[in-house]
Formats: sequence, structure tokens, C-alpha cells
Amino acid sequence: MSRFEPGRLLSQPWFYATAGAVLVWLVILVYSGGAGGGAVISAALNYSVFFAVVGLGQMIVMASGAGNIDLSVPANITLAAYLSTGQMEGANAGLFTGIAAGLGSGLAIGAANAFLIIVFRIPPMVATLASGLVLESLTFVYSRISVAKPAPLLAEFTTGQLLGLPYVTLAALLASVALVYVLRRSIFGRSLFACGQNATAAWLSGVDVLRTRVAAYVLCGMVTALAGVLFAGFVGGPSLNMGSEFLLSSIAVVVIGGTNVAGGQATVVGTWSASLFLFLLLSMLNVFQVGPGLRNVITGFLIIAVLALNKTNRMQQV
Amino acid sequence: MRDREGLMAHLGNFLNGLGAKRFGLSSVALVLILALVFWLRPNVATYNGLRLLLNLSPVLVFTALAQMFIMTAGDIDLGIGTFVGLVDCIVAGLLNDQPALALLLLVACPLAYGLMGALIHWRQLPSIVVTLGASFVWLGLALMVLPLPGGTVPAALTGLVRLHPPFAPMPIVLAVIPMVIAHLVLNKMSYGVVLRGMGGSLAAVERAGRSTLKARMILYMMAGVCGLCAGLCLAATTTTGDANVGRGLTLVSIGAVIIGGGEFTGGIVSPIGTVFGALIMQLSGSLLSFASVPPAWQYSIQGAILLVILALRVVSGRRRTA
Amino acid sequence: MTTESGDGREADVASLLSLRGISKSFGPVEALKSVDLGLKRGELLGLIGHNGAGKSTLMNVLMGVVLPDAGDFAVDGTAIRGVNHPAKAHALGIRCVFQELSLCPNLSATENTLMIHPSLGGIGWQKRAAKVIAGALGEIFPGNRINVRRPITELSIGERQMIEIGRAFTESDVPAKIVVLDEPTSSLDATAAEQLLNYLRRAAAQGRACILITHKLNEVLRHTQRIVVMKDARVVADVPASGLSRDRLFEMMGAVARAETVPAGAAYRGARRIEFAGSGETPALHVEAGEVVGLAGLAGHGQKEILRRIYRAARTRKDKGCSVRGAAAYVSGDRQREGIFPLWSIALNITLASMRKLSHSGFIGAAEEARLAESWRQKIGIRSSSANQSILALSGGNRQKAVVARAFATDSEIILFDDPTRGVDVGTKRELYDQIRAAASTGRSFLWYTTENDELFLCDRVYVFHERKVVDVVDRAELTEERLIRASFDADADARS
Repeated sequence: MSRFEPGRLLSQPWFYATAGAVLVWLVILVYSGGAGGGAVISAALNYSVFFAVVGLGQMIVMASGAGNIDLSVPANITLAAYLSTGQMEGANAGLFTGIAAGLGSGLAIGAANAFLIIVFRIPPMVATLASGLVLESLTFVYSRISVAKPAPLLAEFTTGQLLGLPYVTLAALLASVALVYVLRRSIFGRSLFACGQNATAAWLSGVDVLRTRVAAYVLCGMVTALAGVLFAGFVGGPSLNMGSEFLLSSIAVVVIGGTNVAGGQATVVGTWSASLFLFLLLSMLNVFQVGPGLRNVITGFLIIAVLALNKTNRMQQV
Repeated sequence: MRDREGLMAHLGNFLNGLGAKRFGLSSVALVLILALVFWLRPNVATYNGLRLLLNLSPVLVFTALAQMFIMTAGDIDLGIGTFVGLVDCIVAGLLNDQPALALLLLVACPLAYGLMGALIHWRQLPSIVVTLGASFVWLGLALMVLPLPGGTVPAALTGLVRLHPPFAPMPIVLAVIPMVIAHLVLNKMSYGVVLRGMGGSLAAVERAGRSTLKARMILYMMAGVCGLCAGLCLAATTTTGDANVGRGLTLVSIGAVIIGGGEFTGGIVSPIGTVFGALIMQLSGSLLSFASVPPAWQYSIQGAILLVILALRVVSGRRRTA
Repeated sequence: MTTESGDGREADVASLLSLRGISKSFGPVEALKSVDLGLKRGELLGLIGHNGAGKSTLMNVLMGVVLPDAGDFAVDGTAIRGVNHPAKAHALGIRCVFQELSLCPNLSATENTLMIHPSLGGIGWQKRAAKVIAGALGEIFPGNRINVRRPITELSIGERQMIEIGRAFTESDVPAKIVVLDEPTSSLDATAAEQLLNYLRRAAAQGRACILITHKLNEVLRHTQRIVVMKDARVVADVPASGLSRDRLFEMMGAVARAETVPAGAAYRGARRIEFAGSGETPALHVEAGEVVGLAGLAGHGQKEILRRIYRAARTRKDKGCSVRGAAAYVSGDRQREGIFPLWSIALNITLASMRKLSHSGFIGAAEEARLAESWRQKIGIRSSSANQSILALSGGNRQKAVVARAFATDSEIILFDDPTRGVDVGTKRELYDQIRAAASTGRSFLWYTTENDELFLCDRVYVFHERKVVDVVDRAELTEERLIRASFDADADARS
């Protein structure tokens, strides 16, 4: 892309989410008289990073093929948060075992989901919805028997800032750059998008469809769990309903960001933009004193509108 | 010999017409669960006992039927729970003070569902994500109507569920009537053939010259009507409104349809089985609390049961085709 | 002898169907070239021809699934314009029975009948519709024990076919005037098949017209009054059935002695690459290094299944009956469903199967990938400005070239072709043939399933399939079109029955 071509820019999948984010930020800037601009951006970057990370996991699953979705996200987040902080017990010494516990839980969840979906051919939304419920109970039991407190280092990492940018956001952005590279140039990334476009053609071209699909769910599980661990550090400790906001928002962020639910394509930039956009939108609505009711309605309409307007949502009738 | 053959054939045809193969398993399960419940709490086996035990079951029955109509088209509805919550809030928040507005909104609800179905059909969108987005909308509207739990439900409505019909407790009446109506609509009405064919083979229905858009809209509107009834029952039974009340209903409704013999694709659903499935889900919750299982485990056990049933289906399906 | 062109009034009165000059092309491929076909009341017509002759397209035109590019279409003397939907064809009295069932599997025969006859609806529809379909079934297949109230999935494939056929003959408010049946006896047992063929004659006598498309020459010779032979998108013969023999039919289907001499490729013979043991049902088959082996026969007689099985055996190495030495690449002819990745560029489409050889520790080298893609884009002759264009910018033929290039770009010793030149223009085909010849001379093996007999003359050896069995193995030196056609229709089996 050596020349700037406006038509090309408009057709990028991440364009509208990014434009929307910028637009909303400008509205807030104007409305608050130019004062709160920087603070809003900072808050947005600090808070929405968790939603962006979960969104990236969901994005990978959705890219693996039409109908693939992970609805066990809230339970995954909560369980990882409890397991990890339960290991840390408020001390830095337990930091690494805590993180490892959280990641391990995410891996197991992803593998279990993949097993249910691929081996037992249970539709992904039902399998993950049901597995989420089972996990909720396990979390409840564990919450009773553990002392769940994040290590101080973790809290500092998630709330502290370096030159105005939160550490956690910096790390997540770096990881996202790596993700973009992996998706574009690795065998896994190429296989993922091949399976998502046409699993039969991918199989006939030598792609290991089974391994790719399993890897997508496992990766999503681990990324989601990591987000749970970090979020627990951010809010000062886990709580049983901390994951509830993440379910619908993880899907909203992927869809509004420009990833096609039919699979075969994904945009990391779009997912980030959409996270920022949603946070800024909610902030703007807060500034205009719009209640939670209208906020939900607007979010819902946005998702449906993006789906309906997207010309390439070629959802075949299965 | 020929007479007996004829009789068996007639019986077979009759059962087949009911869809017995589909719901047979769930009827056995229902009987078993009832037996277990009566064994653990013998004083439930009375008119009043049953009435209290099944107090909330009409909500689940109607929600499950709504999900069933959506699944008839081969789609799935992840927003039905919050939709029921919306109706609940409209009734509790508006019906007393602004009856005209409330009635208008209540009528608009199933129509909105029909429009959603039209959108899904026209743009060929995935129903999972659209209904998930719609659930935001229903929740938001519910919060706008009733920001905090409360409100008052008109006495006429609460009185309705408190009725004592002579032959069976009200919850059972409210389970049997919709079951019969749904069965008649899907299996006995001639248009029901087109509705069920949608899930079986969209191409075949279109080839036959029937409008699949119309069929889908009708299915979604019927789901909307069932959701409306579910919300009315919920308001009448709990006498308050709460926007968040519908959260757990969605998965349970899917479970009810599946347990009742329904499948996600192929247009294979059973109205009778769905209602049995709803009752089973309701009773299993009660059963677990009678057995002193902590409430936190109830949802997950129901989820686990659903997974096991689905897994078994696949396994036995493989054996059949192998 | 050609069909009556329906100028005179008397011809119009008796003629039920009149197609004149019907032509249809799909892109560069001409599926129908100025086809004339007429049907009179009371006629039972047999329509035969080899692959790609145009039979399916003709049926799709009648059914309203495909709109012809040119030509006239008249039913019962009235000219019809724009029959573009099956329901419209149904309203005109045209019924078609496919091999692919157009029934809803979760519904019963009764309900499927109601589906196409809305006028049967209303109170008591079940009894009415059941009577209609049971009546039709009883008339066509007397003695059948089909339960018309059971969902179709619970019935055997034969019974489903019977219902599909029976439904085509049901009438409520619109009479069935013209019934077209495409391979109707393929899933029927011998008794039912015989009953059907007898019925078709009776149905014709009742004032209808029926077209029977079949590859079983016995059926047309014994039961039809008139036979129409299609070849290469044209009607090449339209003759009364009486006095015809199988041999005469073979001749008409195109046993033109092939004069084209194919230069023998450099004889590179190496180790056996594919060894397909075969057993009672499945055929025995082998392919050596440097060989181009063809799979022939009518479409859908087991060739694709063999290719898929060999591909799976090459990847998993778990098939005891099929031993494959070396890697296999697959090229599918159904590029829309199994071939191209529409969101990607030409380059990505080409390099997908070669990922591993282009990568270091899991990451694909950008420079190597670009080089491989560009070199194959040029070698295979894809007409585009660069390899980074979207694959959708290419014409159909060029898209297929990309799919073929994908296989060639790998290091696979074996390339499996699943009818790869379907829907591809002649120029592209010739270029592909050159590529194949060149690759074979360097030791690559090809197993090539094609529905075009011409291409088989490029093969060293051809296995002809008939109903999932190999019925003939022909070396290039002995290959003639007549032999191919005879084997495809299993002349000996026909003679036996």
C-alpha cells in the first residue's frame, strides 16, 4: 500500500470500529470542553484491555469456522481468577504458581470444550454454554475453601503506568503485535483461516483441520484465563460474578471490530478498536447521563446493525 | 391375525402422529422424576402440593416452547430469557399505571420477534449472534421500563394463576393447554408441514414454491407469543418485575427441547416432549434441593445432564449408522 | 431424423412439449447447443448420453432451475417465457424426479405431498394427502408396503426413491403432463424397477409424456418408444426405439475413432506408488512413478470415493487395503465447494499445501513464499497482473489453474485429480495437459478421474468404473472411445440382465 487510497481504507474490516472510537472520543472531548480528553483515553486503555484480550480469544475461535463460539468465557475468567489468586494468597512468592494455575485451568477448559465439540459433535454454543455452567459450580466450591488475594506485583502491573500507559496495556499491545504476526505468517495462522473459509478444501490441501480447531479452542481458553488473572489483579480480587460482563462484550467486540462470524478472517486491530470504542461509547453515554437500559439497547443494536450491514456475512444454511 | 396387525398398525400410526418416538424417553424420565420426588416428599402428591411444586413451571414451559419454535427452523435463540424478563417488567412496571402503553408494547413484542426472524432470513445472518445482540436490546428495554426490581402486577393477572381448577392444579393446566395447541399447530395444521419442513430442507420447501421467509417469520412470531405468555406467567407468579430474572432461562429452555427429543438441525422437534422436558428441568431443580444439593450446583448439574444426553445421542447415532 | 418443429397446427395439438434451439452456456462452457426436442402426448422418451452430454442441463431448463440463453419453450402449444422457478414449472404440469431427493427428510410421504400441493390443505388434509400419495404409490408399485405416515428418514433409500417418483405423479389441481425422471431406478430393487418401467408406459398411454434419463440401455430399449441421444451438448440422434440394438446405440453415442495421436511421454518408470488391493466390492488398481493413470466411467460410479480413500491413506497411512508410497496432493474439480479460498490472494491459494516446506520453526518465509507463488503463477499461465490479486478477480479457468498449481507446487510424488477441468475453457485445458505431461516425465504420478473421454487418451492406462467396480482396464494402445462407452455402460452386464 504505497499510495494512500481512500477506497482501500474504507474497505478494511477494522475501519468502522476505529473511526467510531475516534469519533466518540472527539464528542467526549468537545462535550467536556477539551479537559478530560487524555484522562478518558488513559482510562479507556486501562480498562478495555481486559475486554480486548478476551475478545482476541473469542476472535480466534470464531475465525476457525462458522458457528464456532466460546460461551464458557465468564466461568473461565472467574475460575482462573480464583485459582490464581488462591495460589498467590496475597504474596509475591506465589505469583508464578498462581499465573501457571490460571493458565493451566484455561488450557484444560479449552481442551475440554474442543473435545465436546469435535469428538461429540455437540454444537459449540451448547457445549460451551453447558461447560460454563459446570465450571461455575466448581468455582463456587473453590471460592469457599481458598484465600483469594492477588499478589501485590500483579496489582501493580495491572494498575500502574509507564509514561501514561498502563503496564498491562503495553504488554497486551506487544502480545497483540505478536499475534498479528502469528496469524499472518505462521502455519497455525494460515491453517486457521483456511479451515475457517472452507474446511473441506483445507483438508484436501494438506491442512490438519482437527489439530487446528483444537488449538483454536485451547488458545482461546488460555487467553481468556490470563485475562481473568489480570482482571482479578486490577479490581483487587476475584468475585463470583466478575465474568458476567465479559460474555456478551467479547462477542460484541469481535463482531463490531470487523471479524466475520462466518469464519476465515480476523482483525486484531479491529478487536482492539472495538474495545476502545465500546468503552468510550459507554463513557460518553455516562457523560450524557444515559441509563444502563439505553446503554444496553444501543450496544445490542450496534451488534445487529454491524451484522446486517456487513455484505460478506455469507452464512450458508447448514 | 390380520386384525391384530391392523390394530398394531393403527396404534403405531397414532403414536407416530403424536411423535411418540421423539418424546418417549422424556415421558419415562418424567415419570421417574415424579416418583423420586413423591418418595422424598410424600406430601407433595396432593393437589396443593403439586401446585406449589410446579408453581414456576408455566414460565419454563412457555419459554421452552418458544425455543422449540425457533429450533424448528434450525435456528437457536440465546435471547429468549431476557425477552421474558422484558415482558415481566412491562407488566409489573407499566400495566397498572399506563395500561394503554403497556398493551401496545406487549403486542409489539411478538411482532418484534417476527421482524427479527425476517432480518435473519433476509440477510442470512447467524441466529446465535443476532439473538445474542437482541438479548442486549431486551435487557436494556427492560431496564428502561423498570430500572429497579419492583412494580406492581395487576390483581387480575395474579388472580389468574391463583385459580383452582377442579381437575388439575393451575400449573398443570398451563402446561397442558400450550402443549396441545403447539402440537396442533405443528403437527395437525396443514401449514405446520411447511413450518417443520423449513428445518428439514430449506431447498425442498423453496422448490415446492412455498415462501420460506413467511414460514420463518411465523415461527419467530409464535416464539414471541410464547415468550409473551412466559413473561405474563412470571409476573403473575412472582408479583414483581425484575429485568435480570431471565438470565438462567435460556439454557434451561434449550435443555428442555433437547431432552424432549428435539434436535438442533433437521427441524426435528416435539411439542409434547418439549413440555415434558420443561417439567423435567423444573422438577430436577426441586429434586436437587430436596436432596439438599446446594443451589450453586443445580444449574451445573442440569448443564452436565444436557451434555451427557447430547453425547449419548451422538454415540448411539454412530452405532446406528455404522 | 429431427423432431417436428411444431409449425403446423396439427403438430401443435398433439405436441405436449416443444423445445427449439435451446442453448445454454455457463461461462466458457457450452452445456446445450441449439437443442431441439419435442414430446407428444402418450410418448415415453428415453434420453441417453455420456457424461457432459447435456442431459442434466436440459432437465434443469425444463424444471425452471436454469434459464436458457436462447431458444423457444412451449407446453401444450402455448409458448412459455421465463420459467425460472420450479413452482412455475409445476404449475405448467412439468414434474421432475432427481437422483438427489427433494424431499424434507423429517416429514412423511404424506406431508411431503402436501408440500407441493397446497390445495390439499385444510381440515382433513392428512387423509386427503395420504390417499393421493398412497394411491400413486399403489398404482406405480403395486404391492408396496410403504408407510406414508412415517418420516422419510426412517425409510430405506429405495422406498424414498419410490416416494419421490410417486409424488411426481400425484395430481391435485394441476395435472402432471410431463414427467422427467433422471436415473429413477438407481436406488430401486429389480422388482420395483420393473414395476416403474411398466407404469411409465401406462402413464404415457393415459395422455401424459414421460422422459426417462438413464444409463441402463436395457431400460430404454425394452420400454421406450423413442430414443434421443445427446453428445457434446447436442442432440445427435432421435429415433424410434424399435429395431435398435445396444451396439447401434453405442455407435450413436459417439464411437468416433479417435485420430489424434498423442506423443508418448518419455518413458519414466519407477517404483509402485499406489497399490490398491481391492476385494469383492472394490477394484484392484496400481500406479507407478511417472505414470498418468485415468479413472473413467459415468459420473458418480465410485471414482471420487477411490480418490478420497487414496488421499486419506496417503495422509494417515492407516489403510490396510491401500498402500501409498509418497505424499499425495489433491485437486478438486468443484472449485467453489472444495477448491478455492475466496478471501485470499492467488499467492496464498497456491502456497497453502506447501506450507511446511516453506517454513522454519513454524513460520512461513515471506520471500520463499512469494517466489514459489510467482514462479508457479507464471509456469501454469495464470493471467493476472500479480500473484497478490484476490483470487476472485480471476476467471473460472484461471481459478482452477490456481487450484492445480497448489498441488503442483508441493513436492508430492502423487497428484490426485478429481475431474479438474470441469467448467474450464479449451485453451486452459491444453495448457494444463502440457503441464501434466511435463510433470510425468520427471517422475510424478497422476491418478486422473475425468468425465471427458478426450482426456483419457492422455493417460497411460485407464480403469473404467461401473457401479463402484472396475469393469475394464485399458492400456493406451488399445483405447478407443467405443470401448470406453461400452465399458461405462457395462455392456456385458446389460447383456446379462
